[in-house]
Amino acid sequence: MAEFLQATALSKTFGGLAAVSGVDLSVDEGEIHCLIGPNGAGKSTLFKLIVGTYAPTAGSVLFRGENVTEMQPSARVRRGMSIKMQTPSIFKELPVRQNIEIALQHHVAKTDLAREEARLLALLDLTADATKLAGTLAHGQQQWLEIGMALALKPALLLMDEPTAGMSTEETFRTGELIKSLNSQGMTVLVVEHDMAFIRQIAQRVTVMHFGKVFARGSISEIITDPRVAEIYLGKTHVA
Amino acid sequence: MALGLCLLWGYGGMLSFGQTFFFGIGGYSYGVLATNFGGGGMTLVALLLALALGALAAVILGYFMIWGRVGGVFFGIVTLSATLVLAFFLGQTAGPEWRIGNARLNGFNGMKGMDPLTIPWFGDSQIYFEGTYLFYLVVALIVLVYLGLRILVNSRFGNVMVAIREDPQRAELLGYDVRKYQLVTFVIGSTLAALSGVMYTSWGQFIAPSSIGLPAAAMPIVWVAFSGRSDITAVLVGSFFILYFFQMITVHSQQAALVLMGAMMLATVMIAPQGFVVSMTRAIGRFVQRRKAPAKQA
Repeated sequence: MAEFLQATALSKTFGGLAAVSGVDLSVDEGEIHCLIGPNGAGKSTLFKLIVGTYAPTAGSVLFRGENVTEMQPSARVRRGMSIKMQTPSIFKELPVRQNIEIALQHHVAKTDLAREEARLLALLDLTADATKLAGTLAHGQQQWLEIGMALALKPALLLMDEPTAGMSTEETFRTGELIKSLNSQGMTVLVVEHDMAFIRQIAQRVTVMHFGKVFARGSISEIITDPRVAEIYLGKTHVA
Repeated sequence: MALGLCLLWGYGGMLSFGQTFFFGIGGYSYGVLATNFGGGGMTLVALLLALALGALAAVILGYFMIWGRVGGVFFGIVTLSATLVLAFFLGQTAGPEWRIGNARLNGFNGMKGMDPLTIPWFGDSQIYFEGTYLFYLVVALIVLVYLGLRILVNSRFGNVMVAIREDPQRAELLGYDVRKYQLVTFVIGSTLAALSGVMYTSWGQFIAPSSIGLPAAAMPIVWVAFSGRSDITAVLVGSFFILYFFQMITVHSQQAALVLMGAMMLATVMIAPQGFVVSMTRAIGRFVQRRKAPAKQA
């Protein structure tokens, strides 16, 4: 059977700089896969190549056996991907409720809209803030709202770029629990993340990137005990 | 025209200088077609065909701009260029060789003499839309367009339109093909301008390149900006009053009216960037609330 998500020999160069070069990445159905690496390793670029906001210089992306390399992001989303960007990308000038509604209305019938809306608002703990403008929410809440909008699409594959950036420890933990519970209901999740504690909380498989290439891959326990990974993260002196 | 621009700019986030481009296409198409078809019921066909031509032009221009990812200020520049090209082109069509069928374009002096809009009625009688009848027809059309747009902006389509204005990338990542939505919005807004062109030509039985060129092209933007681009009701009310006063002043001095228009634009930018009608309505709303609040406490 074809892999759920399969990136093959993906490359992206900006001018002379190879941000991502020859990366292979495969995500199995039903897993939580984390993509980690130091700053500038090419994680976010790889993420954007998978999502389709960047066109690759070379390589291909297969999603559920279909080649999506040339597709617009919207077409990929309609095939079951859903994306949470690095900085909260929500409609700041619109009320929270309308944000959710715009995400939902694509595939939810008019009669079910109100019920789905209420369910998501409750899940995100935003029911009391439904009429507020999204831009006036606290940063962590904005992140949650965007996660909610991504979930509204009922995706098969949830892609998240640093979902916990700027969250408090408690909010981060709750986000981790939410991701785990979504995964237990069958959702595949690919997360780009910095926060090692968060990765330990959720990850099943990990791919480590360094200088635009895959540096290591394996289960979470293999990765955290790999001295080479610690080296690129913390520098040689810490390992010694 | 103003309502169409409000849809494009206020709801769709596309600042188009092309309203008079489509106004001109609508007006000239109607002129050429009505002249060639002869009067009577065929003017209705001329109206519909002129609208179709306006919509077709919008599809072509919109396709190249939107699929070419022309955005922001460049959208304004490209639409303005198209407008000026059309105005200059029509301006040099004075010679007798510039004719389509029986219709001479007449260069800078403009086309005239086409039949006004006529609808065949029961039996042999016909309704001519001149004078008072035309006025009622225009009022009815404005009401229809206004209601139609209200339904549109409150619909799912309107929701997506606003989402694209706020953050096109996010809208794209929610699975909406932003380009298709933008093109449909552009075509609707532009076709409304073509409709204005047809009605204008039918009313005066006259259309000239000066209705298309730069001063004319800037007008809808002033009306919409002054009224408040975020709300079609405000644009409807605002444009009505602006045009009413504009006509009153023009009777005395055309220059004074244009200078006043410029001053209004400046004032809008400096004092009420959201538009005067919108700002005033909000101020009144706040005032009423403040009056209510102490009453409750007491």
